[in-house]
Amino acid sequence: MGDSSASVGASGADLNLINVTKSFGDFVAVDDLSLTIPSGSFFALLGPSGCGKTTTLRMVAGLEEPTAGQILIGADDVTYAKPYKRPVNTVFQSYALFPHLDIFENVAFGLRRRGNKDVKKQVDDILALTELTPLARRKPNQLSGGQQQRVALARALINRPAVLLLDEPLGALDLKLRRQMQLELKGIQNEVGLTFVHVTHDQEEAMTMADTIAVMNCGRVEQMGAPVDLYENPRTTFVANFLGQSNFFDAVLSDRAGTTATATVHGLRLAVPLSRVYSADDNVHVGVRPEKLTITSESSSDIPAGHNRITGVVSDASFIGVSTEYRVDLPWGTQVTVFAQNTGRDSRIVPGVSVVLSWDPAHTFALDATQSVAAGIDSEVLESVVGVSA
Amino acid sequence: MSAGAALAEAADKGNPAPDVNNGSGRRKWAPYVLLLPGAIWLGAFFIVPMIFLLAQSTQTGTFEQGYEQTLRFANYTDALSEYWPQFVRSFVYAGIATLLCLLIAYPLAYCIAFKSGKWKGALLVLVIAPFFTSFLIRTLAWQTLLADNSWITKTLNWLHVTDVTRFLGLTEGDRLLNTPLSVITGLTYNFLPFMVLPIYAALDRMDQRLVEAAQDLYSSPWKSFRKVTWPLSLPGVVAGTLLTFIPATGDYINAQLLGTPAYRMIGNVIDSQFFKILDYPTAAALSFTLMATILVLVGLYVRRAGTEELV
Repeated sequence: MGDSSASVGASGADLNLINVTKSFGDFVAVDDLSLTIPSGSFFALLGPSGCGKTTTLRMVAGLEEPTAGQILIGADDVTYAKPYKRPVNTVFQSYALFPHLDIFENVAFGLRRRGNKDVKKQVDDILALTELTPLARRKPNQLSGGQQQRVALARALINRPAVLLLDEPLGALDLKLRRQMQLELKGIQNEVGLTFVHVTHDQEEAMTMADTIAVMNCGRVEQMGAPVDLYENPRTTFVANFLGQSNFFDAVLSDRAGTTATATVHGLRLAVPLSRVYSADDNVHVGVRPEKLTITSESSSDIPAGHNRITGVVSDASFIGVSTEYRVDLPWGTQVTVFAQNTGRDSRIVPGVSVVLSWDPAHTFALDATQSVAAGIDSEVLESVVGVSA
Repeated sequence: MSAGAALAEAADKGNPAPDVNNGSGRRKWAPYVLLLPGAIWLGAFFIVPMIFLLAQSTQTGTFEQGYEQTLRFANYTDALSEYWPQFVRSFVYAGIATLLCLLIAYPLAYCIAFKSGKWKGALLVLVIAPFFTSFLIRTLAWQTLLADNSWITKTLNWLHVTDVTRFLGLTEGDRLLNTPLSVITGLTYNFLPFMVLPIYAALDRMDQRLVEAAQDLYSSPWKSFRKVTWPLSLPGVVAGTLLTFIPATGDYINAQLLGTPAYRMIGNVIDSQFFKILDYPTAAALSFTLMATILVLVGLYVRRAGTEELV
């Protein structure tokens, strides 16, 4: 087993989870999860805390044993293999650097355990790659958070695992450093070409770095796909809210003919492309992203024909810099969020003004009304969705 | 080297802070004032008596006629040439007892720290529980446990364990009491908590995720113990061995209650020189020799154990 891990080599290997379930007593942490993560990809498991993403990672690492199901790396079934016999390495959330060893020995740890003959050169190489060479003889507690993070990465990467697991590795860093490390990580992944599986609750981080994102909720994958696809075509309200923000209106669908359906919202008729209707039932939540809305004063008349329109009254405007975030009260009480780019062309709109919200029907989606419209809204993360562009 | 540099760096960083308060002299003196009670205590009850004892160790005379200072350093060589077997015995018994303590305490501390779950507190209380009874009573209890007709002795006889210990020179005949074995057993028993607690503290402080990290990096459970858990628990092991070895070397209760005069330790000799024979200079010379030997041994040990591996 341990030898076969070496032969998998630098190119990485497909990781397959087949109907994997993990229960702790009555609590089902991971519920019948099936995933295929192709070799060489940068895959993100995204979800709120407690969604089962870390448990999934720990099962792949061998630190937890699945209650049911199978885990395959390449062709090898590693479901019950010991952690030290898997071609998998982990960058831990807490880094878990060995405090009694210096940086060189921390990084050399995996190579030494496998009796590698060429330790010095390989460690020097990876220290150079991660710009840690001057720190080789320091102890971990003498390093800053960002440096420790790089050591943890180097310590895992040097073993050329078939799959590299990253357990919220940037969570402890401040925002600016996190942005920088995201780019570095992505760069390193391109360079070494290993399969990266990255667990995070930070949707921006997932979207910036990953080729494919699986959004997890309550032990299940809600939706999986490329970042753009997930953002533009959310299939559930959870995904629509967890990745960015969404405005929802309760509506009834009719005229499912041709390419467009009509959604009736409190007497207003909105067009929805049929390709973006993810509901068999006619009772739906119609959604649209805040940055897709155009806000214009009621007097304005340059709204393109065929666009959906709703009128409302601005209740709040907050200037963020690159954009302004408006809250608009609709006649039936619903509040809508609008992000208006600070292009400098339009004058700012003050609270109390009646406005028209309009948008291209192509940006409308309709989701099953049996779900809660509040699913996936993290009260703590009402962040600005600046920089997320489709 | 790098650790030294870091300390220097830390000291540099630390320096400016006190300077800010340079204006008020009170701040500057506060640490010394706080040290004062301890310093007075140490001076009055340790340093002064030590000087007296040192002075006494080179005096001559008798208890009845009084002692006078003659700077007779031959007191040391005389005492040593007469009592070196007790010296050696003390270090050997204390060494064996310390090793046995370590062998018993490490797994015990490991289980309490990592495997005991909700029983952790209760188990720690049990480790300390013997302290609720006096040292003397606990040692006397071993007289009963190891008596010739006790079930322990009979069982070990029946299992022929006593044949092995007799072969090793630890017991005589079929007896357990009044043998080197009983003295070492008593020492081991009495000092065990002093070994368990520091090791437990070191292990309990350790981040369990480090073991997961080691296993993730191709270490079998044994390898991750050897390379991670053990080195990280070394400060506790060093503290525990010192807390066991030092008092065990000077102990005389165990040898007195569980041994015979043939297995006296240096503590017994010093005890009888001071309180029975009343030969104060010899007792003082023995005390100083014991102290110096322990200091040297401990110094060598700490240097060896404490250089690279300690965090």
